[in-house]
Amino acid sequence: MSVRPKMRELSPEERKAGFDEVEKGLALHQALPEASRCLFCHEAPCVSGCVAGVDVVGFVRRLKTRNFVGAARLIREANVFSAVCSRVCPSEEQCEKPCSSTNLAEPIAISALHRFVADEELKRGIRPEKAGTPTGKKVAVIGAGPAGLTCAHKLARLGHEVTVFEAEEKPGGLMVYGIPRYRLPSEIAEAEIEYAISPGVNLKTGVLVGKDIPFDEIRRNSDAVFIGVGLGYKSQLDIPGHDLPGVLQAGEFLRKAALGDPPELSGRVAVIGGGNVAMDAACSAVRAGASEVVVLYRRREEEMPAWKREREFAKTEGVEFRYLTAPQRFVEKDRKVAGIECVSTKLGEPDSSGRPRPEFIPGTEHVIDVSYVILATGQGPWPEISSVFGGIRFNASGTIKVSPETLATSIEGVFAGGDAVNGGKTVVQAVADGKLAAKSINDFLS
Amino acid sequence: MVDLSLEFCGVKFPNPFTLAAAPTTDSAEMVARAFEAGWGGAILKTTSVETEVVELVYPMMSGIDFEDKKLMGLQNIDLISERHIDEVEKDVKALKKEFPDRVVAASIMGAEKEDWQELVRRLEAAGVDLIECSFSCPHGMPERGMGSTIGQDPELTERTARWVKEAAERVPIVIKLTPQIADITAAAHAVKRSGADGVCAINTLKSLIGVDLDTFIPYPNVGGYSTYGGYSGPAIKPVTLRCVAEIAKSVDIPIAAVGGISTWMDAVEFLLLGATNIQLCTAVMRNGFRIIEDLIDGLTVYLEEKGMKSVTELVGKALPYIVDHSKLSRDYKVVSAVNRETCIKCDVCYIACMDGAHQAIELDENRIPVINEDKCKGCGMCETVCPVEGCITLKPRES
Ligand SMILES: Cc1cc2nc3c(=O)[nH]c(=O)nc-3n(C[C@H](O)[C@H](O)[C@H](O)COP(=O)(O)OP(=O)(O)OC[C@H]3O[C@@H](n4cnc5c(N)ncnc54)[C@H](O)[C@@H]3O)c2cc1C
Ligand SMILES: Cc1cc2nc3c(=O)[nH]c(=O)nc-3n(C[C@H](O)[C@H](O)[C@H](O)COP(=O)(O)O)c2cc1C
Ligand code: SF4
Ligand code: SF4
Repeated sequence: MSVRPKMRELSPEERKAGFDEVEKGLALHQALPEASRCLFCHEAPCVSGCVAGVDVVGFVRRLKTRNFVGAARLIREANVFSAVCSRVCPSEEQCEKPCSSTNLAEPIAISALHRFVADEELKRGIRPEKAGTPTGKKVAVIGAGPAGLTCAHKLARLGHEVTVFEAEEKPGGLMVYGIPRYRLPSEIAEAEIEYAISPGVNLKTGVLVGKDIPFDEIRRNSDAVFIGVGLGYKSQLDIPGHDLPGVLQAGEFLRKAALGDPPELSGRVAVIGGGNVAMDAACSAVRAGASEVVVLYRRREEEMPAWKREREFAKTEGVEFRYLTAPQRFVEKDRKVAGIECVSTKLGEPDSSGRPRPEFIPGTEHVIDVSYVILATGQGPWPEISSVFGGIRFNASGTIKVSPETLATSIEGVFAGGDAVNGGKTVVQAVADGKLAAKSINDFLS
Repeated sequence: MVDLSLEFCGVKFPNPFTLAAAPTTDSAEMVARAFEAGWGGAILKTTSVETEVVELVYPMMSGIDFEDKKLMGLQNIDLISERHIDEVEKDVKALKKEFPDRVVAASIMGAEKEDWQELVRRLEAAGVDLIECSFSCPHGMPERGMGSTIGQDPELTERTARWVKEAAERVPIVIKLTPQIADITAAAHAVKRSGADGVCAINTLKSLIGVDLDTFIPYPNVGGYSTYGGYSGPAIKPVTLRCVAEIAKSVDIPIAAVGGISTWMDAVEFLLLGATNIQLCTAVMRNGFRIIEDLIDGLTVYLEEKGMKSVTELVGKALPYIVDHSKLSRDYKVVSAVNRETCIKCDVCYIACMDGAHQAIELDENRIPVINEDKCKGCGMCETVCPVEGCITLKPRES
């Protein structure tokens, strides 16, 4: 039995030099044997593991028979952001998790094969799509993240006139402004964004709905609306000293890094938080000049919300993890942050999230010397969302309330999906939502 | 859009992919599912007259693996269908009604002239598009003077094919050949002389798939005894390629290719060698009717990339490049070249050249193979064993 291949990657030393993509993809002589390790299961479980419904068996068989173009087209029909997802999907928790080959050796390296196919396609150039026969119906899409762009793409191919309103200068949402470049090079996201809008999608960037144009006006001018506005970064840890120079917000930090202009760091950098944003902030700090990066987390590794692959990635890069450590206040020196006073914690009864509540252990206060701090306490709904989208019902957490079967909101003709609805999941979930919403909108319009 | 349709013996197939006569075509229900999946045609499992007794034995399938790869080859000791012509007639009618655009063919086998002719007349009346005659089953049936007994003898082949052809008023007659003959072109010439319309190459190879090391009983063990069977699957593809090429180069007759075809790439090879119909059996038994999606998509993309509009453009294109061994150039010299960047230092080329060829590979201090160009004859053994695609190539020598 041949073994699951590993992609070539940059060494930890090479990574420090900049934001170059770490994983280099499989070579042909790795991809083909891996494809022929696939058992071509009947009602293949891998397919049900992909929320976008990529026909894994179908594309792997095409890959095995060197039909790279056919494989790429098959994936792309299911997933507009094919090359992006093949890089950023937590596939070990998705398509690869139920893979039958696990019972023989290891799951098929599906996302690596997916990436091989997508990269072959990028080398040749993605074939653009044409708009469908005009239906005369107008649809507005708010937010040009993966959810909004997928929805717009599918609707335009069905012949609807689609206009996307995006607050930022560039489309792409967190694919462009969030996910670090060393995991997702910007040219990959850009190529697929261009493909997404290829069937004649009108794109209006730099338009903040609620400020530059009211939601009501958009509704009046369109036959249906899709809202895919994502999330904002959560407001920060309110402990003394949080506004000192040298205390950075992960959202801003990652945004600058993703745009190719990371803030310059030095010395020891502490990242506070235990989610994927914290892992990305820590690994970005490694690249931005930190000599040492330490992640502070109130619970243990087992409770960390960050995906295992992200944690392993950070460890490979030399990031240090201090668990059961809660910051109390930031210590100032020369009008700049110079340390964090922390207290050790122990785990108590489960809290509302189901995870054990960290309790402070008195007398364990200690100071960690740092040059910079990055606060990475995660994402949450935009605070202004309910006033911008007046009339729509929200869940208690601030996410938009929808019917799960159709993604319809409480207003007729208005649909929503992606992070703004699910509270923050994945690109592939946003794609799946965009597809489902497009189908519901098309049904609604016809 | 590329056109995949192809004419074979005057019958138009919407695509060349056809189910060979086998268990996959032994009922109208199965063939209907295959047609729904996209198959262009089906040769129904071989049938005979009601008086021909068919008693099957089980188990009848045995596989051979190549190292960790399952089913490099399959051996069966199946016989013809247990369902006689009366039931097949019904299947033909039902399938032609539901799928008028697909090709429904029957496969027949008989002992006497009357049997053959009755089979043809009844199936023609039932509405088949084409009739294939098995002169080629290598196991079981020859014991009754049928199957490959006929196909191994060009005279018997010509005589029997003539009976069949005489009886057919409308439908083309195709003779399915056995590779178990010294010169397959002699059999194909015999078919041509008989007036029959086409040949199908090849049926299974007579085989013995293995012996149980503990019981000493060969596979498959049928109540303590075993017998010879028919060998099919990827392992026999090179034999089929040779048979199809030999026939195409010497006999002017339409050829259906069958034997070891699993992928669209295999299909392209057979088209290039002159086949105008592509049949599959083992690959379908293993992976299901659904493989048609990849067969059609792969062939379509291939033609698109080649800038071809129709699959007919491929037919026979490789034939001019096959010549007698004596005609190959003695002045053409190649030498092995190793790509030092992609080499993974496994040294399998080294050992193959050392013990299997001309001791022309040395290893440098990094264990990267270095070709001694004086010793290298360019035999190509190293290239065949290298696990890295494109790492070892044979380059023409500068003279
Ligand atoms: C640092 C980080 C790393 C991540 N890593 C991964 C990963 O590895 N794998 C993975 O699958 N997922 C990852 N994610 C999550 C993933 O990026 C999101 O789930 C996904 O982008 C959600 O897509 P969306 O379309 O719902 O929203 P977004 O991508 O957030 O896009 C929403 C868009 O709406 C625009 N917008 C918001 N409000 C308005 C308004 N009022 N008017 C006009 N436009 C507006 C925004 O500017 C934005 O462009 C990561 C997220 C972060 C923050
Ligand atoms: C189980 C089994 C049964 C078969 N039965 C028939 C048959 O009834 N008539 C026939 O002409 N060929 C029969 N064949 C031969 C196939 O049609 C085909 O010629 C052969 O298997 C080679 O093709 P493949 O490598 O694609 O399987 C049978 C093959 C198998 C494996
Ligand atoms: S579950 Fe695994 S082995 Fe089965 S078809 Fe999917 S990838 Fe292949
Ligand atoms: S999109 Fe993601 S989950 Fe779906 S097959 Fe590709 S890697 Fe797996």
